[in-house]
Amino acid sequence: MKMQASLSELTKRFHQVLPEDAVLVKHEQLAPYECDGLTAYRQLPRVALLPATREQILAAVTVCRELELPIVARGAGTSLSGGALPHPEGVLLNFARLNRVLEIDPENRTATVEPGVRNLAISEAARPYGLYYAPDPSSQIACTIGGNIAENSGGIHCLKYGLTVHNIQALEVLTTDGEILELGGKHLESSGFDLLALMNGSEGMLGVVLQATVKLLPRPHDRKVLLAAFSHVRDAGNAVAAVISHGILPAGLEMMDHFTIQATEQYCSPGYPKEAAAILICELDGYEEELADQMERTRQLLKQHQATEVRLANDEQEAELLWRGRKAAFPALGNLSPDYYCMDGTIPRKHLAEVLEEIYALSGKFGLRVANVFHAGDGNLHPLILYDANEEGQLERAEEFGSEILQLCVRMGGTITGEHGVGVEKLDQMCVQFNPEELQTFYAIKSAFDEHGLLNPGKAVPTLHRCAEFGAMHVHKGKLPHAHLPRF
Amino acid sequence: MTDSRETIAAQVRDAAEHKTALQLQGGNTKAWYGRSIQATPLCLAGHSGIVEYEPSELYITARCGTPLSMIEQVISGENQMLPFEPPHFGAPATLGGAVAAGLAGPRRISGGGVRDCMLGAEIINGKGEYLRFGGRVMKNVAGYDASRLMCGSLGTLGVLMSVTLRLLPQPQREQTVVMAETPADAIHKMNAWAGTPMPITATFHDGENLHVRLTGSSSTIEKCQNEIGGDRIEQSEHFWDRVREQTHEMFVPGVPLWRIRVPPSTRPLDLPEPCAMEWNGALRWYATQAEASTVRAIAREAGGQACQFRGPPIDQVFHPLPPALLKIHERLKHAFDPAGILNPGKMYVQF
Repeated sequence: MKMQASLSELTKRFHQVLPEDAVLVKHEQLAPYECDGLTAYRQLPRVALLPATREQILAAVTVCRELELPIVARGAGTSLSGGALPHPEGVLLNFARLNRVLEIDPENRTATVEPGVRNLAISEAARPYGLYYAPDPSSQIACTIGGNIAENSGGIHCLKYGLTVHNIQALEVLTTDGEILELGGKHLESSGFDLLALMNGSEGMLGVVLQATVKLLPRPHDRKVLLAAFSHVRDAGNAVAAVISHGILPAGLEMMDHFTIQATEQYCSPGYPKEAAAILICELDGYEEELADQMERTRQLLKQHQATEVRLANDEQEAELLWRGRKAAFPALGNLSPDYYCMDGTIPRKHLAEVLEEIYALSGKFGLRVANVFHAGDGNLHPLILYDANEEGQLERAEEFGSEILQLCVRMGGTITGEHGVGVEKLDQMCVQFNPEELQTFYAIKSAFDEHGLLNPGKAVPTLHRCAEFGAMHVHKGKLPHAHLPRF
Repeated sequence: MTDSRETIAAQVRDAAEHKTALQLQGGNTKAWYGRSIQATPLCLAGHSGIVEYEPSELYITARCGTPLSMIEQVISGENQMLPFEPPHFGAPATLGGAVAAGLAGPRRISGGGVRDCMLGAEIINGKGEYLRFGGRVMKNVAGYDASRLMCGSLGTLGVLMSVTLRLLPQPQREQTVVMAETPADAIHKMNAWAGTPMPITATFHDGENLHVRLTGSSSTIEKCQNEIGGDRIEQSEHFWDRVREQTHEMFVPGVPLWRIRVPPSTRPLDLPEPCAMEWNGALRWYATQAEASTVRAIAREAGGQACQFRGPPIDQVFHPLPPALLKIHERLKHAFDPAGILNPGKMYVQF
């Protein structure tokens, strides 16, 4: 490790390659970057950079390599796992100025964009051609495509249209060696290993995205939305499994529990049945007659599974109303509690009811309220643990509660994170999901791209040492396996 | 239905110790794909059986030696399918072989490729360690996506032990229509339709005729047919089988067959006809004696890649990797298989 460069030296070096206003070092300039969507973790970077061109990114990364400065890339800072949390000794690379849609290619149905382009801006640019970009994370008004790639973001419609990884056709990636990798293209699939897939969800650990070409889809012919209410969470869970196993693939299938229904009714009155234990919101899309037929089959299946009410939106306005409550669920819950902690485990659908019941039991055990609002169609849970950080010990209890939920997900054959990423938040749970050899493989993948470990150090993959301390790893006779290997 | 992972792991550990190169073999139906290598066969067909399948979960977990046909039969009984419609190229084809080859059939344009359906993989790496990546759920971002990395890696990174794949409901009804079109018109039309929500699940142009597979209710199919024109063909599933398995007369045996991937709307390439097209023009097949360098240059010029799919052994089968990418490939190979014993040279001469 080199001697740490002084702040004035850093400033000087970066000013040589970036405009004055693109290098931020003062406390008040850095403060907006101290955290992302996971506000429980805060850290100021040493320097924040605002490059406006790819040449400036290249130059900035070169300086970082020479000075051995950790690099944390940041899009809109909406990560819910601390993926964009700055490194205390490092540089925060902010992509806000790289926000141009470079090309819409309607014939090949692709859009080529800079990494700081907002998710929704792509669909807006594609709209005149009857096309759109499918993944729609809840933060899509703000979140950037670069961040979506880093986290392999999902959204409400990914059951039918896939995650980010399914919708990225090409990437230009800068490694810390200064090499530019061109992955994929407007053609489908490439020779060699599928590095394009590997980049998605790599949490900014492998390379810096300079440019992305995304797949555009034709806008669906028509859509229908319905709401079904249930007196028991278990019935709602079973109804989800029934719809899917009858060959119906909804564009979106969301569940909200009693607590969440109450909160959203208070917040924006979408007109949900207040007495229900759970509601499902189901969106189907397709061609007219077919859509009507699918809608009818879905309605019958929901009825057969003890839905107490099935309400069909008659027009686009009513559909928007049904969605409104779901989309406002997080702020609605935020209104009820000073702080909340949003979890992101995924489980096989068949265990939905069982897992929800266990989460309610844990809520009693920890003495913290929990709300469930989530992507039921793909088994992606988002339990929101409500707590008050100003109350002694509540944050710790919330984290412990969350940790138990994630371990429950792993036990049920699921995963600790469906779409929010590991970041700094779920490092301990990674030790539950992966064994030392698997973690070693991750270190080796990291090192294949980022030999010096400059990109987002300390995120996404825990060290073996940390896992040993967490106690989830089997440590033989007090010795760590492969103790001689480097750890990132 | 047997679980031979202990035996296989022991064989790999032994090979690693003695630096014995292994040639991974499932049903031995696609051994011709990729570079030709000489190595000790590691037989995997015995490691077979469906581990978990529940239709409501839309996934199947099976050992890699499981015959592909058996999987298709079982899931078809529940009106489900493998979305990528993989070619078999022979009855003994296995699940592992299909994933390692990473080849998708005509349905690629609507169902996605092999990697798009990959949920999780259990592998034995080149050290003989048993590793699990991904899982059984569609949304999973814990750790790097090592399971998708296995798709199309031709067994060079690990011995696939079992995989979990996402399934889709089978379409209620499918109907194929055919119309006479020049290649240029066919390309234009396929891409214009692909920009509309019409439910087209496969396209194939044989040089003269364009075949389009529509899916949905009879009324949807009728509506779409009114829009695109053409005549209905009978027994269309046989037609698409011939495309998928390359028994269609466009895949001329005895002549090197080039698989060229280009942006779908690319105009007809400057190569001797005839050319077969799939995937709305994104996949083009040329049976040609043209020089490899010529074919590659034309593909590259069009922003695409060429691979000699079938033909006499040549040194460079796949699209050449630029130096920066090659370096990453070599490092990844070393990460998974430090002794370099798993199908060395199958994909590229360097690893």
